[in-house]
Amino acid sequence: MHRLLITDGTVIDPSGPTDERGSLLIEDGRIAAFLPGPAPEDIDAERIDASGCIVAPGFVDTHVGVGEPGFEEDETIASAALAAVAGGVTSLATLPSTNPVVDNRGGAEFVRHQAAQVPGARVYPCGAVTQGIRGEHLAEIGQLVEIGAVAFTDGKTPIANAEIMRRALEYTGMFDRAILHHAVVPELSETGVMHEGFQSTRLGLRGIPAAAEDIMAGRDIALAELTGGRLHLMTVTTSGTVDLLRKARERGLSVTADVAPHYLLLDDSVMATFDTLYKVMPPLRSSDHIDAVIAGLRDGTITCISADHQPLAIEKKAVELDVAPFGICGLETMLCTCVRALIEPGHLSWAELIRCLTVGPADVLKLPAGTLASGAHADVVVIDPNREITIDAARFRSRSRNTPFDGDTFRGAVVKTLVGGTVVYDRDAAAQQ
Amino acid sequence: MTSATQTDTMSIGRHLLGLEDLSAEQIVAILDRAESYRRRMENGGGRLDDLNGVVVANLFFEPSTRTRTSFSLAARRIGADTVDFSAGGSSLSKGETFVDTALTIEAMGVDLVVCRHRTPGAPHLLARHLQAGVLNAGDGTHEHPTQALLDMLTIRQRRDIAGLRVALVGDIRHSRVARSNIHGLKKLGADVVVCGPATLIPRSITQMGVEIAHDLDEILPEVDCVNLLRVQFERQRGAFFPSIEEYAHLFGMTAERVRRARDGLLVLAPGPINRGVELTPEVADGPNSLILSQVTNGLYVRMACLSMLAQQRRQTAARREQPA
Repeated sequence: MHRLLITDGTVIDPSGPTDERGSLLIEDGRIAAFLPGPAPEDIDAERIDASGCIVAPGFVDTHVGVGEPGFEEDETIASAALAAVAGGVTSLATLPSTNPVVDNRGGAEFVRHQAAQVPGARVYPCGAVTQGIRGEHLAEIGQLVEIGAVAFTDGKTPIANAEIMRRALEYTGMFDRAILHHAVVPELSETGVMHEGFQSTRLGLRGIPAAAEDIMAGRDIALAELTGGRLHLMTVTTSGTVDLLRKARERGLSVTADVAPHYLLLDDSVMATFDTLYKVMPPLRSSDHIDAVIAGLRDGTITCISADHQPLAIEKKAVELDVAPFGICGLETMLCTCVRALIEPGHLSWAELIRCLTVGPADVLKLPAGTLASGAHADVVVIDPNREITIDAARFRSRSRNTPFDGDTFRGAVVKTLVGGTVVYDRDAAAQQ
Repeated sequence: MTSATQTDTMSIGRHLLGLEDLSAEQIVAILDRAESYRRRMENGGGRLDDLNGVVVANLFFEPSTRTRTSFSLAARRIGADTVDFSAGGSSLSKGETFVDTALTIEAMGVDLVVCRHRTPGAPHLLARHLQAGVLNAGDGTHEHPTQALLDMLTIRQRRDIAGLRVALVGDIRHSRVARSNIHGLKKLGADVVVCGPATLIPRSITQMGVEIAHDLDEILPEVDCVNLLRVQFERQRGAFFPSIEEYAHLFGMTAERVRRARDGLLVLAPGPINRGVELTPEVADGPNSLILSQVTNGLYVRMACLSMLAQQRRQTAARREQPA
């Protein structure tokens, strides 16, 4: 039997002890026990010293852009799995918006096959809701479930037709899978590059009004109520959406949502640089919306945080703002940006942040992850909350470097990541490479 | 008024990307320099040699005849060599990125790049990548600094800008001329009101310090100057007004409207004008119209901007050669 003891950390497990000093015993890749107090000397085990660190379940990300198949210049499944563990993510679901689209059995089998070849995070496919992500006909959702699709989404393409969305919620509900939707009205967002408001007026850039999100979120929530289906809104950014979500959850609807940290750290004024690295979909909003989204995280209206990882080869961003694609390469900066946006200003406690990074998303995907309970897979992240790190995009494990945080210094680092009891990321070892 | 010596030494920076970035003093310095070029040209100066040895590249990624001609002529009048480069479309349609195109042209020994592009921020992108000075000749719906400068020069030749009430009429939403005029006029102390259909005036523009009006007849008696912006049919992505006839009816400058305005109303139009839409031929060719004066002033303003950027470049180069 292989035994591993992570000693003297502060263990934060949203499903068990929180904020308690102790050690975590791992046997043959599974959590064996939490041992409160000083580490016992008499256990014969390999040891990892976690003193001064937080020991938490590995993070779960509900939607990760992988590029493979079709856009391997941006990212492969292997590179995403390695980038993920460097960011503390041990389970991730891939977006199906690849070429070809993951809208059938073969596509999902390919993702699972590629994922099985590589070390790193556990990779699960999301299936497309509609064939070819064209929003017209349902994909073969039942067969995708059989291959292991953990959720359904058309990625960054909104499902514009309300009838299709209605049937999709009914149909996926039959398999207890959620639909992850990018809620935006296409007619109000087409050709927009940033949030509509004073900044877009000043800069002469086409705006995407907050109403474009509010309207679609309202429609989706009404359809979730009509159908009883499970709805998850990806990267919500507006105060209107947060209000709608809060009311829907008070009524007991199965509606969840996530937000990405860059939406909390950056507002629309950064667009004055005309730098395409800030071009994301949905757009970075103004500070009143950011405050509302943070309030939604604080009161539990929003239960998940995702990196909203959208890797893009840098030459694709080295073009004019209107033709540049949307997205930030987010996996490897997720934790430190969350710390700056949420922990340092006192918006969330560490336990609350970790909940949003673990059980929140695990519940959406119905994954047996995000826990340190006995018998669970030993997917663990060791965090040094005080370590300063400077982002160096050139050293990303991701194939892409499209981050606006390159060169910035943050506090809060993933120092070790374990998947199934094996160390798959070690910051100090990586630094020496 | 700034003294001549201050004006001569005033720097406007390495690039001229927009009037938002300039101070009132810098704007006045450009206008003064333009005025001195006007005098030199009117006193029989044919071709000056201020910019001998300087190479100016006109990079026009959006169709333009008037502005490009004006820049070419301005550069040559003050002794610069010019090279014109036109290309339609964007990076995607060409395969080569916009920045690579500019770098290629710069490598041929270019000192100043005049850039017109349909995307806001495109000249800013060039300024980050090129050693050459970049002059924004219009970036999408963002800024068009030399147009606003020539508008202000035209006004200043007749009235003090401080305290003047100026109406910008028409398609404010899609107008780079409007944005640059707002920045410039406000900095020089004018009151600015923007007037047009509600669909073409973003509500948040009040945060730029201007008033919004939707009734031209109501504001006409209280303004000293109207600048009639062209309806940008090519930038509109939907129905912003029901018909051209209705637009002309509500916002077109007719002789009747000029009669109801203050005496000596200054009528500007940046052109190319849609005759019968923004203004009638009678007004365009009438006594209040300053349209042709704007064209001539455009030349002087561009001579001034090019010479100030070239001067900055020489000073930077000199500093590099002789470290203090």
